[in-house]
Amino acid sequence: MNTQTMNSKPPPALKPEDLRFRQTVPGGANWSHVLKRGTTLRLRDPEGGVNVSAIFFNFELLSERLNVPDTLKAQHTAKLTAGHCLYSDMGRILVSIPRDNLGWHDPLAGHSTREIVNRNFGTADFQSAGNRFHRNARDNFLMELGKYGLGLQDLVMNVNFFGKVTVDGKGALQYCPDHSRPGACVELRAEMNTLVILNTCPHPLHPGGDYAPPPLELAVYSSPTPGPDDICRLSRPENTRGFEITERYFL
Amino acid sequence: MSLVESPLNVSNAALDHIIPAGDGWMHEIKKGQTFRIVDLEGNQAVDTLFFDATDPADRFSAQDTIREQNCVYLSAGTPLLSLSGNTLLTITADTCGRHDTLGGACAAESNMVRYALDKRHMHNCRDTFMLQIAGYGEAFTKREVGHNINFFMNVPVTPEGGLTFEDGVSAPGKYVEMRAERDVVCLISNCPQLNNPCNAYHPTPVRVLIWDAE
Repeated sequence: MNTQTMNSKPPPALKPEDLRFRQTVPGGANWSHVLKRGTTLRLRDPEGGVNVSAIFFNFELLSERLNVPDTLKAQHTAKLTAGHCLYSDMGRILVSIPRDNLGWHDPLAGHSTREIVNRNFGTADFQSAGNRFHRNARDNFLMELGKYGLGLQDLVMNVNFFGKVTVDGKGALQYCPDHSRPGACVELRAEMNTLVILNTCPHPLHPGGDYAPPPLELAVYSSPTPGPDDICRLSRPENTRGFEITERYFL
Repeated sequence: MSLVESPLNVSNAALDHIIPAGDGWMHEIKKGQTFRIVDLEGNQAVDTLFFDATDPADRFSAQDTIREQNCVYLSAGTPLLSLSGNTLLTITADTCGRHDTLGGACAAESNMVRYALDKRHMHNCRDTFMLQIAGYGEAFTKREVGHNINFFMNVPVTPEGGLTFEDGVSAPGKYVEMRAERDVVCLISNCPQLNNPCNAYHPTPVRVLIWDAE
């Protein structure tokens, strides 16, 4: 549950019979997928410095969605790592994090907007830069939400995987610029049929410079139902109850 | 943490209303009006949402608000930002000094996770939100209900990434006041939670006041 006990080794190789597909998502791009219960999404940072802004929905009931405050207060945490669960507003676990070799993912700072990207990286539109234009997470979320009949009112607080933001004694946010390294890897196991909407735009607190957001490697693979000794189920009594509530949904 | 008092006189308020312990309130606040919430008996969490009155999808955004002011706590001077980056209201006075926007609202379902499965049937903020929007018209559904402010609630974040719920920094008579920068709709649940110290295990009434623009 913390960086002292975290396993910083690479994750095990995926067995060919378990692998459903692999994909590389370029920097600044969108991706979405209905991650079925019984599968796991592996996110890997191949070059270092990737940012993945992500939100989650119950695909069968799209008004049920990631609730970051419920997630944080249930686990008394302001960061996410192995053992944690991402909760919906209905007390169910959309995805859990059974494996993470980085130790800290940011649930606080939100996501980049056109204003932030223009301020930090300068302006480059499609007319001047073609497909190298400066994309931002807000526009990307709205594009991808729209494909599922969703919109601005569905844009809930997001998580920035591979990002680290600490909070000092006065409440100020401190962005850690060199947090993610090549080979950093976090896994999201679907505990429901979970719509994942993510993009690889820069972290909103990235100091800027040249606009060159790194790519993301992802893999979806079949994974067993979490057993009674599962790390996420046992990490806190809250999560034991969260798994029970989620499993009842499928009875 | 700086405390700022208001020059406004209670006797001049255009609206003066008591929200009983555990009840809700939903009301429009016009651009230029000033809105005050008074913690009458102290340590009462007031779960509050704001929406752009002309576009309820463009609601208060906790993450945009804390990132742009570079502080996770809300206090005097804080612009309360919407998802589209508009300032819905600005906090103009605050005698409490710190308000939370990371702890969210209690719900039947999250109470089951946090405390016990049989806590499902205790009164909670989300139920109040649902009942209030049911009476307010079709523009508001569960989808519009986002992540709220907890006025008078103290939820410190530690440098190690912990989140703790501490006894309130509020006290009887403390208030927070804000000026509407646009026409907004305010939705409040005066929190009925009995399972943690956010209301000192004793939910109490709060007073809301609105002053017209001068």
